Amino acid sequence: MMGASGGFSAYVRRDLLLAYRRRGEAASPIIFFLLVSTLIPLGVSPDSARLAELAPGIIWVMALLATLLSTESLFASDYQDGSLEQMLITPQLLVLPVLGKVTAHWLVTGLPLTLVSPVIGVMLSLPTAGTVPMMASLALGTACLSLIGAVGAALTVSLRKGGLLLSVLVIPLYMPVIIFGSASVQSAIDGLNWFGPLAVLGAMLSAAIVLCPLAIAGALRLVSNN
Amino acid sequence: MASGRSWNWFHRMGSPRWFYETTGRWLPWLWVLTLALMITGLVWGLAFAPQDAKQGNSFRIIYLHVPASFLALAGYYIMAIAGAVGLIWKMKLSYMVMKSAAPIGAALTFLALFTGAVWGKPTWGTYWVWDARITSMLILLFLYLGVLALQYAFHSREAGNKASAILALVGTVNIPIIYKSVDWWYTLHQPATIKLTSAPSMHPDMFQPLLVMILALYSFYALALILFTRAEILQRESKTGWVRELAQQAHPAQSAGVTK
Repeated sequence: MMGASGGFSAYVRRDLLLAYRRRGEAASPIIFFLLVSTLIPLGVSPDSARLAELAPGIIWVMALLATLLSTESLFASDYQDGSLEQMLITPQLLVLPVLGKVTAHWLVTGLPLTLVSPVIGVMLSLPTAGTVPMMASLALGTACLSLIGAVGAALTVSLRKGGLLLSVLVIPLYMPVIIFGSASVQSAIDGLNWFGPLAVLGAMLSAAIVLCPLAIAGALRLVSNN
Repeated sequence: MASGRSWNWFHRMGSPRWFYETTGRWLPWLWVLTLALMITGLVWGLAFAPQDAKQGNSFRIIYLHVPASFLALAGYYIMAIAGAVGLIWKMKLSYMVMKSAAPIGAALTFLALFTGAVWGKPTWGTYWVWDARITSMLILLFLYLGVLALQYAFHSREAGNKASAILALVGTVNIPIIYKSVDWWYTLHQPATIKLTSAPSMHPDMFQPLLVMILALYSFYALALILFTRAEILQRESKTGWVRELAQQAHPAQSAGVTK
């Protein structure tokens, strides 16, 4: 099963297949994203000028929460059916299968959120100048969120009520991502250069790809020993 | 051989009993030092330092606010380093230090935020502003709360220790990133109405008591950390002979009843 990629592509394929077989579950972050964006005009105001002002930040907050919701189940079913143990006892580096699982998670949540975001942008009267920056920043940013969230998911996988705890652990670590994500959308709307904040998001993603799998692997080993 | 000897102190320090007995000898001195510094700093700062030209007497809260903020951040690193030592050398004492550092750090962070709010009312006219430093402090409080929550979430003490050590290390890597991001975010959104009035250079008459208070809080932190760790040691080692002997010396009648 494990090729030259050290289990990376095998785990991506496996998790994508699992997500395809549980399509309803995989769709729920997107539905959540759409549902919450209906709450904003109801709760704030349907006035498009006011919505436009809030849209970059709100879309980012909602994308963050949608990712967070789906993160809890990242390792849960593998932990319950024992396949997490199997992953831990393979002789290969644990980092690559872990990265494979997180990549699959992003393909199932972050990428669809990015693709749906223009629709939400229209619903919340996001100025059109912000659409492309929003998609670009969401693509990079949700990947960061998946990686950081996976650390929290790994730490709390053995706990029965890990969901709420997971958000307490992970949201403070999400803050730099949302700062630069919504800033790049806002700068594009204001007619400023939006590549700067986007480049910082890219740098964060690079650092997260290198560092997060180490923390995730360490946390998973800890769980397996207890 | 030489290197073996130089590491001896390190391994001996890993023994909770050794730590308990050694710090027991330090404690009276540390109490005296803390109280002396704290009384000197407070009396000097609150009664004798000159008034601020713009803020009057309200600036005096700085003598608690700034030292608490210092220790709040330093405390996170102390906690994370203790956790890292525990993960690397599997030393149970350092997990106890880590566990003790979390509530102290969280309390100091809260104190820094609270004194900041109290100071903000007369200075800025409002208790809360989304200023870069305040926001970073708030995020630091959340990071502490995460470590505390994770610590108590596990039934197994060992799992709780390791999990919160990993989280503290992840937080350590993130703190500089968070601080820089929040700084940048603030310069982007800086509201024009609020200007920080802290002078670039403090007058020596105001600065010297602040220095004493910073030292006092460092000493207080060391004292609190040692006391918390000692309590943790007694709790975790309650089954061992030396702790039972200690309990018997303290309360001969009660302990005799418990141990039969």
